[in-house]
Amino acid sequence: MLLINCPYCGPRPEVEFGYGGEAHIARPTPPESVSAEDWVAFLYLRANRRGVQAERWRHVRGCARFFNALRDTTTDQFLATYRCGEARPDAAGSTTP
Amino acid sequence: MQKFSAWSLLRQAFGGHRGWQPQWRRAAPQSAYDALIIGGGGHGLGTAYYLAAEHGLTRVAVLEKGWIGGGNTGRNTTVIRSNYLFDESARLYDHAVKMWRDLSQVLNYNVMYSPRGVLMLAHSVHDVQVSKRHIHANRCNGVDNEWLSPADCKAFCPPLNIGEDIRYPVMGGALQRRGGTARHDAIAWGYARAADALGVDIIENCEVTGIYRDASGAVEAVETTRGRIASRRIGVAAAGNSSVVLGLAGIRLPLESFPLQALVSEPIKPVLPCVVMSNAIHAYISQSDKGELVIGAGTDAYTSYTQRGALHVNMHTLAAICELFPAFRRLRMLRNWGGIVDVSPDRSPIIGRTGVPGLYVNCGWGTGGFKATPGSAHLFAWTIAHDEPHPINAPFTLERFREGLLIDEAAAAAVAH
Repeated sequence: MLLINCPYCGPRPEVEFGYGGEAHIARPTPPESVSAEDWVAFLYLRANRRGVQAERWRHVRGCARFFNALRDTTTDQFLATYRCGEARPDAAGSTTP
Repeated sequence: MQKFSAWSLLRQAFGGHRGWQPQWRRAAPQSAYDALIIGGGGHGLGTAYYLAAEHGLTRVAVLEKGWIGGGNTGRNTTVIRSNYLFDESARLYDHAVKMWRDLSQVLNYNVMYSPRGVLMLAHSVHDVQVSKRHIHANRCNGVDNEWLSPADCKAFCPPLNIGEDIRYPVMGGALQRRGGTARHDAIAWGYARAADALGVDIIENCEVTGIYRDASGAVEAVETTRGRIASRRIGVAAAGNSSVVLGLAGIRLPLESFPLQALVSEPIKPVLPCVVMSNAIHAYISQSDKGELVIGAGTDAYTSYTQRGALHVNMHTLAAICELFPAFRRLRMLRNWGGIVDVSPDRSPIIGRTGVPGLYVNCGWGTGGFKATPGSAHLFAWTIAHDEPHPINAPFTLERFREGLLIDEAAAAAVAH
């Protein structure tokens, strides 16, 4: 089980959290002029990165707040967690998204 | 290829079994092929076999970064069924189930297909309604499925606890009698042996590190850890690593890769005569011919490529199994492991072209690809040979995400995802 450092509550066990998938995916605007390709990219296409990935988590059984994390998907090691709205931190060994 | 038969077995027995030959060659990569398949699991090896056997392409190579059958083919819980809700899915999965029936004869290799029945339990009024809807939909599509009362479930599967004093009592079940199990390694080895006999090169320890495209954008070669290999037709059957491999050609896929775990008990005498699944409380169990109880857990919550997951995910399914099968409570678990499954947004697979000429993809099988191995391989070979999808996999191409024609087994699948 992973130990996840909630930026609001501190380190807590994985079972307290919900996973929210890849982070920093911006919704295209305005909706009436977004092409089908852009909708596909927003709704379905994912980097599914093998390496360091920025992703969303939610401390569902704690403070219930969303936050972001950098995690290496080849080791499951967390490199950083940060609050929503903050820029993605530079993690050592991370690759450009 | 040495043919397997009672006669050859007898003859080898007299020779002390020292006359058996390797079942496929240890091929070194040539500089060019008519078609390349990336991924040496059951789907990839089968694709190479059908390209050679049915489409006359014999200059074919399978490139596998590890050893064949070492990925999800060797890590799944070997359950076969076709009781999916939607018409498109029923056609796709039943195509595979029909092929399982005579696969041992076709390949001259015992894949140990055992149609022992898949029993899916219902634990609530909603479950019962959904199960019956599935049964009717399946039967409209020519897929066998029938409703069993709790007493019928008990008669079909004696160790099952149908007592009303448990947390989620059994209120009945849907039984697909043609469903069952097969030997996971045998499907990889059987296809490898049969493909090799037709001239296919099976190249292990050969990781693809780049995909080259010519000036028109079409694929022309791959770079590998064993050198550059040219081919105008490349099929990718890389399961959990599909996003990584197709990323080499600049293609983004609608996939996320999750760990999926399984575990087996110590071997015991035959006790469980069928496959038992429960979506509502997530039990998933069968017994192998070796005697081990084979148990499938759910996916972990997060994407990963580690091929391992957390213990609490296994505990969740074990709790359900201990309640449904009280006799299993004192069994010790022998080993557990994880595989990386590529999950699509609608939980249906993707088989088709990619938008890059000459590059084809077979992915998105998620938590349930083993059952489809022969059908998937057969249709993927057809797609590569004809440069267009077969009518059965035409609804399962990448275009469905643009057109909104999702096959939403995420909500309707016969299994919890």
